[in-house]
Amino acid sequence: MIGLQHYLTLSAMLFVLSIAGIVINRRNLILLLMCIELMLLSVNFNFIAFSRHLGDDTGQVFVFFILTVAAAEAAIGLAILVVLFRNRRSINVQELNTMKG
Amino acid sequence: MLNYYLTIVLAPLAASVVAGLFGKQIGRAASHWITILAVGLSFALSMIVLKAFVIDGMQAENISVYTWAVTDGLRMEVGFLVDRLTALMMAVVTFVSFMVHIYTIGYMHDDPGYQRFFSYISLFTFSMLMLVMSNNFLQLFFGWEAVGLVSYLLIGFWYKRESAIFANLKAFIVNRVGDFGFILGIAAVVMFAGSLDYAEVFSKSNEIAAQEIVILGDTPWNAMTVVCILLFIGAMGKSAQAPLHVWLPDSMEGPTPISALIHAATMVTAGIFMVARMSPLFELSETALAVVLIIGAITAFFMGLLGIVQNDIKRVVAYSTLSQLGYMTVALGASAYSAAIFHLMTHAFFKALLFLAAGSVIIAMHHEQDIRKMGGVRKYMPITYWTALIGSLALIGFPGSAGFFSKDLLIEAIHESHWEGQGAVYWIAYLSVLLGVFVTALYSFRMFFLVFHGEERMDAETKSHLHETPWVVTVPLILLAIPSAIIGWYTVEPVLFGPFFDNALYETERHDVIARMAADWHGSAGLVTHAFQTPIFWLAAAGVLTAWFLYLKRPDIPDTIQQKATGLYNLLVNKYYMDDLYIKGFASWGRSFGNFLWRKGDELVIDGVLVNGTANAVGRLAGVLRQIQTGYLYTYAFAMIIGLTMLLSWLIWFR
Repeated sequence: MIGLQHYLTLSAMLFVLSIAGIVINRRNLILLLMCIELMLLSVNFNFIAFSRHLGDDTGQVFVFFILTVAAAEAAIGLAILVVLFRNRRSINVQELNTMKG
Repeated sequence: MLNYYLTIVLAPLAASVVAGLFGKQIGRAASHWITILAVGLSFALSMIVLKAFVIDGMQAENISVYTWAVTDGLRMEVGFLVDRLTALMMAVVTFVSFMVHIYTIGYMHDDPGYQRFFSYISLFTFSMLMLVMSNNFLQLFFGWEAVGLVSYLLIGFWYKRESAIFANLKAFIVNRVGDFGFILGIAAVVMFAGSLDYAEVFSKSNEIAAQEIVILGDTPWNAMTVVCILLFIGAMGKSAQAPLHVWLPDSMEGPTPISALIHAATMVTAGIFMVARMSPLFELSETALAVVLIIGAITAFFMGLLGIVQNDIKRVVAYSTLSQLGYMTVALGASAYSAAIFHLMTHAFFKALLFLAAGSVIIAMHHEQDIRKMGGVRKYMPITYWTALIGSLALIGFPGSAGFFSKDLLIEAIHESHWEGQGAVYWIAYLSVLLGVFVTALYSFRMFFLVFHGEERMDAETKSHLHETPWVVTVPLILLAIPSAIIGWYTVEPVLFGPFFDNALYETERHDVIARMAADWHGSAGLVTHAFQTPIFWLAAAGVLTAWFLYLKRPDIPDTIQQKATGLYNLLVNKYYMDDLYIKGFASWGRSFGNFLWRKGDELVIDGVLVNGTANAVGRLAGVLRQIQTGYLYTYAFAMIIGLTMLLSWLIWFR
């Protein structure tokens, strides 16, 4: 029987994978954006799992919000990326050190 | 008398310090004057002390001068126990030392280390006096080590000679072996008797003898046997008894005066003196006495044999010293302590005389020591010749000479010392000393004939300069020749059969061989006339005749014997391969073991693995960890996340 615990575990694994993706991958800005999306999705997983577990639909409403925000974010992110690429001819994260971060 | 004792001991020390530290400032003559005067003063006062004991009948004095430390009831003191034994030793030591001081002026005349030498021999006199006058084991040990140190310094006096350095190191190391036993013996005395003071320990001797100790396995040992054997191991080192004798012949690398003073007359007799002083302890252990007896017998006979094949004039005398020390030790083992001390005294005179005579020949021969290159020296050096003759006659025990009384009675004492449970040991000892007489006569007169008689084998250059040595050399020879010739006649009766050593030496009734001999004592003259009926005299005569026949009459025979009996000859020339055993065996084993510890233990394990290894490991680990420490915030954030995840996983799956 697949219970709440399994969903949470899956969600946690996705979350950690996405973080690892952000930290380990130092090349591609697109992959970074994808990892952020994945992070949001893993959070969504949590919401849905709890919503179902508690029989409360509020969680599912939140998921829609998050998906919306994620779509907006992806759109903005990709737009920035395109502008960036036009300026620098590269989307390599390691070269984006103008601000000495 | 305390002031006398203190002056006797401290005068040579003060002179030694002055000559040693300020020798350059005060010059050569002042250095020898100050040391000679100091030792002369000691000698004069020692004679007064001896007179007080012998003529005025003074009783033994036991004085504590200074308490150095008291720990847990154990008193460590500096003190003097002066009885007749001590007084006799003091007289002998200071007399021989005095003679040697004078002689040194002549012998070391051209040596750059003149002041240093005088400083050393005075220091030696001080150390030896501390040793013999001590009233406790600690001071005895101090004197024991101090004479060892001076001996080391003097054997290596010519420190630019490699052989001298080898010899002094050898002497020091071999003596360490003996001292190891000695200090264990002192420790055992403290353990069983709880005191370092002679008088206290001797009063508790029966308590010590009643105890037992388990050393290895389950066999219980009598405590007294253990104590005595350990102390005797010390005596074996110092008095050069087999198998710790190997250092003495090599010690002849030192200048001749110290060969006479230290390695013949005084220091090497310290072991004999010590055992005699400990007679109340040794008397209670027949096992220890048997050990002493057998070691002495082996030394007396086998070391004498080696003297026959030596060609270095000093080495012949050195082996004869070994052999005579063996005689004294045998007497100790036979409980004839007074005979041993008596022989010690006469031996000190005639052996110092022989050494100084050998030294006189060496000076005249321009430091040539090989007796094969001498011969016929008699007509060039009459004084040396006659004194050496007296010394040699005393050594072989010619009737009437000092050596005759001591040696004859010593052998007689061993003959008498047959008590129950001794068995074969007695016969080995008796036969060794008896045959030793023949050997002694053979080697001493072989040397005597080869040096003073026969054809002149030196080169023309040496021969043209050959003449009698100056008076500073010959006067000590004459002064030593007098006691060598006559002292036995006058002192034998009071020393051996009188009450001389009554309170100083102790024999149980069962072992009191001297008392048994006293019944047959009819005065010195009686002993001399009786001598011609004893095997001792005839053995000595046979030895002299053999020497005469082999080395003067038919000098070709020794070569033939040498060729025929190569095995035996090689055995003797190589000193029974003892040196090889020690140097190639123990010493090289010790060196390679030390090398192994150095290379593997120290350099590899301690330096390599522990010290540098730790540093390297830390460095390497840091090199790995440095990769993690990037300085970027996201790496740390990631690490935190990983940690959190792992913590959560653990909570989920394992709780």
